[in-house]
Amino acid sequence: MINTLDQIFVLLRHWLVSFLPAAWQPLVGVLLSVAAIVCLFPALFALTTVFERKGLARIQNRLGPNRVGPFGLLQPIADGIKSLTKEDIVPLSADAAVHFLAPVLLLVAVFMGFAVLPMGRNMVFVDMDAGLLFYFAMSASTELSVFMAGWSSRNKYSLLGAMRAVAQMISYEVPLLLSSVVVVMMTGSLSLTKIVAAQSGFTWGLPHWFIFTPWGCAGFVMYAIATTAETNRSPFDLPEGESELVAGYHTEYSGFKFALFFLGEYLAMFSISGLGTTLFLGGWSAPFSFLTWVPSWIWFFSKLMLSIFVFIWMRGTLPRLRQDQLMNFAWKFVLPLCLLNLMVVALWRFMGDGWLRWVICSAILIGAYATMGWGEMRRGKIGPRSYRYAE
Amino acid sequence: MLGEGILKGMAETAKNFFGSYFSAERLTTVEYPEQRIAPFEAARVFPFLVFDSKNPGDGADWQTGMRCVACQICEKECPPKCIFIEKSKDKKPDALGKPQFYPVKFDIDISVCMSCQICVEVCPFEAIKMDTEFELSTVDRFGGLLLDRQQLAKSNEYYHQIHPAEAAGVDARLVAEKVKADAKARSAADAAVAKAAAIAGEGA
Amino acid sequence: MSFVFYILAALTVAGGLAAMLLKNTVHCALALTVAFAGLALLFLNLDAQFAGFAQILVYIGAVAILVVFAILLTRGSETPRDGVFSRTWLVGLVIAAGVFAVLGWAVIGSVRVLPHETAVPTVTVLQIGNALVSRYVLPLEIVAVLLTAAMIGAVIVAMHEKEGQK
Repeated sequence: MINTLDQIFVLLRHWLVSFLPAAWQPLVGVLLSVAAIVCLFPALFALTTVFERKGLARIQNRLGPNRVGPFGLLQPIADGIKSLTKEDIVPLSADAAVHFLAPVLLLVAVFMGFAVLPMGRNMVFVDMDAGLLFYFAMSASTELSVFMAGWSSRNKYSLLGAMRAVAQMISYEVPLLLSSVVVVMMTGSLSLTKIVAAQSGFTWGLPHWFIFTPWGCAGFVMYAIATTAETNRSPFDLPEGESELVAGYHTEYSGFKFALFFLGEYLAMFSISGLGTTLFLGGWSAPFSFLTWVPSWIWFFSKLMLSIFVFIWMRGTLPRLRQDQLMNFAWKFVLPLCLLNLMVVALWRFMGDGWLRWVICSAILIGAYATMGWGEMRRGKIGPRSYRYAE
Repeated sequence: MLGEGILKGMAETAKNFFGSYFSAERLTTVEYPEQRIAPFEAARVFPFLVFDSKNPGDGADWQTGMRCVACQICEKECPPKCIFIEKSKDKKPDALGKPQFYPVKFDIDISVCMSCQICVEVCPFEAIKMDTEFELSTVDRFGGLLLDRQQLAKSNEYYHQIHPAEAAGVDARLVAEKVKADAKARSAADAAVAKAAAIAGEGA
Repeated sequence: MSFVFYILAALTVAGGLAAMLLKNTVHCALALTVAFAGLALLFLNLDAQFAGFAQILVYIGAVAILVVFAILLTRGSETPRDGVFSRTWLVGLVIAAGVFAVLGWAVIGSVRVLPHETAVPTVTVLQIGNALVSRYVLPLEIVAVLLTAAMIGAVIVAMHEKEGQK
């Protein structure tokens, strides 16, 4: 029974496919999986928009949307109808073809990323040998569509937003990759299912997730910073800083194309949270050994939603960075720590079991963090903002 | 240490997030159409015209009781020029019994009005005051927002209701003026009588 | 040579041609990206996953962005009024023909040397990694040194000049 519940979606697909002739079965099976991904995540997006608005409101001691439907839960439907029926405006001087292609390509690239995420036991669309590489290849190609959107709009705000977005995404892609590489170094595989399998054991009822090791914890923190910047979320939301750039690269988009950008942004957030879950939080495995009977996909999606909650929480707390602070932080703080973390994980791997490696690795990482943080703060590179003219 | 401030901030927002579900005093939002707060004494939205009714609660004599004498000071003072007044040809007695002009037409375009209250300040007859009614949306943005004198006329009782202290002061002033005017009229009449008597005495 | 190959080849060649023939420089860069994507898909069609994804990651994710940045940060983004062909097209044609001849000669030569494989070889990422640090360790190190040198050069170019040296 527990097994059936765990594998319910896999079994459902098998059952649906079994009605068809054998020649059709592989194709229909693939189409069913695609349909599941294409329906599930936009639905999750719709829910997340209303939960984000409600969560932000609660953080600011407000009520949030509560008019459409019970507790405002039907708000995304109203928003969807609105964006569908709005006029689709293409600026007269815009490059119409590129302007149209940009949101489509963005969404395609983002959707492709979901293909390699293991969302439960046996629930992965393609179990690729180079799954992690595939994911990063797909997330890297979203940058170009952001640029296309900004450039084709022929608007200074769009172009500035796009340049900022691309510069930021390129800068933070380096720490993103380097913080993920530690996991690959440890498991010796780029396949995401193998990475999850490597974290599936338990010691004293506690899981072997990578976040519970010194290098994994450091890697996770840097991964979280890099993903926040990569998805243009607050406090790294300079590309769409309303106060200076109207809306950044999608200033000139309206109606459904704007909705596609909005969707793409949230889907990127889901997929990158899913990847973080897979790499550091044990993917679909249970957090305690006595909870292994709960279906694996429930664990994956709870961890995913928890990360989304943290994203929303950060957005409700932290103010936006300045461009130079952003770049300094990426290149002078996160990147050196990522490189150090690579050394630490190599040390961890070759020191063998025992408590000594815990002590040494933690000491190196904490010491480096403390000294670097102290040094940067003393030099005024990172730290409280100072204003030259506002005093 | 680096990152300390971030954690402090996160703790603060988390306190807000969970606190807002448990303590009612955190949520200060008034859910407007269902819940309302009583308007403040000093609240002001758009002007209205005051009229004195003989039998309170009855709006039938809005035309005869209107305090406005169509002096057009407010029309001239209005910065965005949103008041349009047409003076009457004939005169009718005002509250003091003096024959005065009255507005045949008194329109305020509230889509132009900026609620500055200058018309109220300059009116020597206490005829125009600020309303607190703010739910004025209409489907017709030109005709619907151009209020004519019937729409603008509100009784003195209504004025008492929305600005009690201010209206009491205005009433006291008006009564004092009336007393003064009466006294002046009486003394003028007395003087006339005395003069007549004197003339009569001289003649005798 | 399957049907898929011809589609991908057509896509790649069309992208390359468009990159040369279009007037707007940014359009050229985007067309070049299409050619990169076509190449990546050709790699994937050959079951070379690592090469294909690395192609996408590096060329579409980084090189294409670098190209468009270079175009936008210089004055090249304006569409030229006169034709896209430069005056020295004859020299260019000669050089291109020479490069093509060398490449063609190398490809034809290698066909005779390499044995004709019947089964598709399965190359895992692990094998690539092992080969890189054992057999091809010298090229790897040379590339590493080259990249480090380039990075140091970039840092020096971007470094603030000292006040006194102006």
